[in-house]
Amino acid sequence: MTTHEHHDHDHGHGHHHPTRADHDDRLTHWQAMEIAVRELLIGKGIVTADEVRAAVEAMDARSPAQGARVVARAWTDPAYKARLMADGTAAVQELGIEMAATKLIVVENRPGLHNLVVCTLCSCYPRMLLGLPPDWYKSRAYRSRAVREPRAVLGEFGTSLPDHVEVRVHDSTADMRYLVLPERPPGTEGWSEDRLAAIVSRDSMIGVTRPVA
Amino acid sequence: MRSHHDMGGLPAGPVERKEHDYALWEKRVDALMVLLSAPQRRLLRVDELRRNIEALPPDAYERMTYYERWISSIANTLLQRGVFTADELGRKMAEVQARENAS
Amino acid sequence: MSEAAHEARFAPGARVKVRRMAPPGHLRTPWYIRGQTGEIERLCGAFANPEELAYNRPGTPRQPLYRVRFRQRELWPDYRGPAADTIEIEIYQHWLEPAP
Repeated sequence: MTTHEHHDHDHGHGHHHPTRADHDDRLTHWQAMEIAVRELLIGKGIVTADEVRAAVEAMDARSPAQGARVVARAWTDPAYKARLMADGTAAVQELGIEMAATKLIVVENRPGLHNLVVCTLCSCYPRMLLGLPPDWYKSRAYRSRAVREPRAVLGEFGTSLPDHVEVRVHDSTADMRYLVLPERPPGTEGWSEDRLAAIVSRDSMIGVTRPVA
Repeated sequence: MRSHHDMGGLPAGPVERKEHDYALWEKRVDALMVLLSAPQRRLLRVDELRRNIEALPPDAYERMTYYERWISSIANTLLQRGVFTADELGRKMAEVQARENAS
Repeated sequence: MSEAAHEARFAPGARVKVRRMAPPGHLRTPWYIRGQTGEIERLCGAFANPEELAYNRPGTPRQPLYRVRFRQRELWPDYRGPAADTIEIEIYQHWLEPAP
């Protein structure tokens, strides 16, 4: 499977990645397994082809735009932000986002605190808010090093924090999912929620970067 | 003994900021996980999926891509649960490959 | 259906030590945190035990799940960041014991 690099992937949300066409060369063992498993399940009446299609579309509809809306709302509405910090799951539900089987904890960046999220054991990620995670979040390098040398990892993403700022890493080991609430950057006074949401990138909600106006 | 997937704190190289557009087959694997684990079916627990991924031999874990590990684990879980047999799956996979080769 | 949960033993602020166990199976307590000492940041609730769910067993009574905070300098002998740097992870109660 080929990959291509997005060197400057800290763009805002808005577009999500188009589906890459399946290979038109021979099927791999695993692609054949996917087709076979799906056809067996459909044949046994366990799922329907429409349900599979709908589930694919539902995930396609998820992108960092959802998370950015939550952040922009928190930046402009202090009462919403208080509810978000007290019960993340309930607060995002107000905006129509369902967390399904997991619970959301929002961790807030402040002048003396920067948060970073990782799942060292697999790839737990707040999919309902950010869509599917990027490859690097699931990589050996990120999962191994984010807990041990977070400042070096942040540096690789272009984020440098002075020593008086605490770096707090969250390892998503169980039923909680984490969203970083970045600090609202200076120079955004009076901006609308939409304009604010546009500067909140996926990477800033994972915690590897910070938004700029 | 530390399990292969349990990698927090181990040394590693730089984070390669690679991303790829998910292929349709990968999105379908994800969809199967969501559908099978949904409350109305409960044919798969996310923790069963994880256990089967963690049980992959270390070299396979490294060689396989993320969704290859998932489909392998979904298939193993469904075999363990008795949703289909290895024979059913093997025959269906052979049929899929034959169809592909004929077209 | 209301399922039973084990009683929560630890309050926020309590100092706890992560057990050093290494059974086979599906575990959600990472290797790097076992044997380490931290403090309870919050009780997240009680959840079915994933070690049991992994084998399609119900995992009840539910286990209290905590977020526990650790100091990075205590976890890693070569940690080069400031003393205030921390890590917080979710740990199930049966992996925790009181620390002095």
